[in-house]
Amino acid sequence: MSGKKSNNPSDSEEFLNGTRRDFLKKSSLLTAVALTPGRVVKAAEEQWDEKIAGVFEKVSLHLEVNGVKHTVAVEPRVTLLDLLREQLHLTGTKKGCDRGQCGACTVHVNGVRVNSCLSLAVTNEGKKITTIEGLANGDELHPMQEAFIEHDGFQCGYCTSGQIMSAVACIHEGHAGSEAEIREHMSGNICRCGAYPNIVNAIQAVKNGGQS
Amino acid sequence: MKKETIGDSLRRVDGRLKVTGGAKYSGEYEVPGLTYGVLVPATITSGTVTAIDSKAALRAPGVLAVITPFNAIKVPGYQPEAPTRIKGLKLFNDTQVYFNGQPIALVVADTFERATHAAGLVKATYQSQPHETNFHKNIEKGVSPQNNKDYVRGDVNAYKNAPVKIEQEYMLPSEMHNPMELHVTTAFWTGDDKVTLYTKSQGVISSQRAVANAFQLDAKNVQINSRFVGGAFGSSLRTWPHEIAAIQAAKMVKRPVKLTLTREQMFTLVGYRPLTIQKIGLGATADGKLVGISHESHSQTAAYEEFTERSVNVSRFLYDIPNVNTLYKVVPLNVGVPAPMRGPGEATGSFALESALDELSYAVNMDPIELRLKNYAETDLEKNLPWSSKYLKECYQKGAERIGWSNRAAKPGTNRDGEWLVGYGIGCGAFGAYRSRALAKIKLMPDGSVNIKSATSDIGPGTATSMVLIAADILNIPAKRITFELGDSSFPVAPTQGGSATISSVGSAVHDACIALKQKLNALAGKVEDSNDDIDYAKVLSQNNLPFLEITQESNPNEEAKKYSMYSFSAHFAQVYVHPLTGAVKIKKVVAVVDAGKIVNHKTASSQMIGGTVGGIGMAMTEEAVFDDRFGRYINGNFADYHVPVNADIPQLEAIFIDRPDPIINPIGTKGIGEISLIGVAPAIANAIYNATGKRVRELPITPDKLI
Repeated sequence: MSGKKSNNPSDSEEFLNGTRRDFLKKSSLLTAVALTPGRVVKAAEEQWDEKIAGVFEKVSLHLEVNGVKHTVAVEPRVTLLDLLREQLHLTGTKKGCDRGQCGACTVHVNGVRVNSCLSLAVTNEGKKITTIEGLANGDELHPMQEAFIEHDGFQCGYCTSGQIMSAVACIHEGHAGSEAEIREHMSGNICRCGAYPNIVNAIQAVKNGGQS
Repeated sequence: MKKETIGDSLRRVDGRLKVTGGAKYSGEYEVPGLTYGVLVPATITSGTVTAIDSKAALRAPGVLAVITPFNAIKVPGYQPEAPTRIKGLKLFNDTQVYFNGQPIALVVADTFERATHAAGLVKATYQSQPHETNFHKNIEKGVSPQNNKDYVRGDVNAYKNAPVKIEQEYMLPSEMHNPMELHVTTAFWTGDDKVTLYTKSQGVISSQRAVANAFQLDAKNVQINSRFVGGAFGSSLRTWPHEIAAIQAAKMVKRPVKLTLTREQMFTLVGYRPLTIQKIGLGATADGKLVGISHESHSQTAAYEEFTERSVNVSRFLYDIPNVNTLYKVVPLNVGVPAPMRGPGEATGSFALESALDELSYAVNMDPIELRLKNYAETDLEKNLPWSSKYLKECYQKGAERIGWSNRAAKPGTNRDGEWLVGYGIGCGAFGAYRSRALAKIKLMPDGSVNIKSATSDIGPGTATSMVLIAADILNIPAKRITFELGDSSFPVAPTQGGSATISSVGSAVHDACIALKQKLNALAGKVEDSNDDIDYAKVLSQNNLPFLEITQESNPNEEAKKYSMYSFSAHFAQVYVHPLTGAVKIKKVVAVVDAGKIVNHKTASSQMIGGTVGGIGMAMTEEAVFDDRFGRYINGNFADYHVPVNADIPQLEAIFIDRPDPIINPIGTKGIGEISLIGVAPAIANAIYNATGKRVRELPITPDKLI
């Protein structure tokens, strides 16, 4: 998204146009290099291809994570999950499958729960991301975090960040009306340690306490 | 001030870290200059790699190395002349391919994405051979494993001549551990002969030994960190070839390497519960007294390494049977090697044994609990020793009450609730109660707080929380003043977290260390050694001009224990609803009743029991790794197609503890629950489904197609 930044992050047409222009610019430059065989060999020897790629493969991205604004350069193929974990070092969001099948990577994007492994980072231009690290209010835990501790809603802890982010959203969405409804709407988050009954109890406690 | 004691319900001491994302797992450490390793899998199932073309991969942006059998540095421990040669698969050491997906190259690049892309550019040429992956086709090639002895007690043919006879075959498919955390290793060399790892390990000391052995290093030059482990269930009991490969790669690129397996790779590279077929022959008198049993098991293993488990052993001791014979064979195939998985052996064996017993109960027209009581083993007939403790009768009684056993219809298929058929079932289990040598270092600080260190691990049960509770009880100080650290190989030696023995072993070391500290403080305070008077620890230190007080205590199994047979016992009860038209099964309730000696922390122990029950529900209802023999690959190597239970599959579950201390095994009297929580769940459900429908399913998982 070089040059012109969209005021409306959901304006997908402008977003797509932007990347298309970027892509064309890049590809014409690469084509120019590629048309001169002698230079290509030299480029390879001096790893110019790598250096050029290093510059041109990355896209500038602005997003807000847990209230902090970030401007980063990412390759278009980088997922939001890997951006969080590997570049921003926010490792509370977990990778369990990288295929959107386990929910360990659940974060909130503009308040909606999302599998961050299925979201390319560059599609989050201008968006507000909340991760598990941003859920507590300073030292004061979010009621869902408290409830997970009280009801022992985890064992190894690896799915826990995703479970809690999903649980908070589950109540906000109005999907915590009964045990059965909670189970259904929490079934995108796998817990291999098998803490499901305790997770349901934690969510019900928060729901009934009206503290979500 | 209220002080916590053994038997309380203490919140997890690491709970806050886990709910805030602050707990760091092995792939989450910031290491300067970190690079990323991605494995390239073999696309043949048997044969050799004849050439690897890395040119395109090496030209790709950010790639630092492509490590193959043709350019890898030698791992000394892999060589025939090594003092203790590493067993099993040796990556990049030779060109042999034993199974599909076996790594044949490792790409290292400066980002994960670049390494992943370049891994797809590596081109291998193979000399392929015919492969054998079909268990059923090759079952006749089963061999007796080297480390296993078949067993006979009394007359081998006794069961055949009994008035009532059950002869059946039971099958369990391969089941994957599938911990939520991907297996990951970050390795970096801190000198020519010094290496540090952050790795997913159930035993930092065993990992340290394995790495030292592989690279022929002094063990003290190998630092293993595994402070948080995102589940394992047995998959991190050993150091796997890809961990050695990460260390090898770090040496070659001279930078830290983080190697993370994909979920699909975890189906072949980190073990699984092997596909097993068991034959049971059970003979009894007309009034249900068992006369004899024959239990035979065949399970699959890898062509390159033998893996055995104790599937048949449970039949030797769980019931009072005079004539017993067991036989166990493994079938080597072109597949990855299995590994112990929660309740290894017993979980498989009890499915066969407890199903057969249920079949017998209908054959002799007897209540399944009555049948078990009639054949209750008052001593261990296999070892010919008394039990150190056994309260299985109490388990039957409590479980029957809680599940509502009196509502069970004796005749299958006759209990209805609306359009649903209702059934009840019981499944029992046992798992050895072990204890091994462990050390703990305890340090009393000037402010009166206490820190304890031990090189054990925690894969989720709440080890640190239980240790803090033990220390709080003995030192008589609040739990919040005590910290417990683990997962670091520089700490005092402790066993691997496995075999349900961590509290028994490490808990005993913590117990003994606390006693030693207390005795020392009593002496310093001028009291008799065993005084239980409240003393101000901080004051004792300052009065004696001591900056701190530190004791490292070793704790060993007692001699007395050799005179007893020590087991944890469980009885699981299930109530199921089955829809006769669709074959849909709703598990309404499972009650797990356990004799595991003294329970240290009820909060975490209940969660562990419930968790094991969930694992057992997966085994019974959904889990099956499906293989395509044409290509030698799993066709469901992911969470969308390999079904572990999800929240909607699980009802409220109940864990009940007999909670009576074992007088022999260790000072706390605890026997362990990690495995027992799962053993017996699958047969309880299968038996309940039979009771509901009259359909006996002997092949797990019990999917709806098997019921319509």
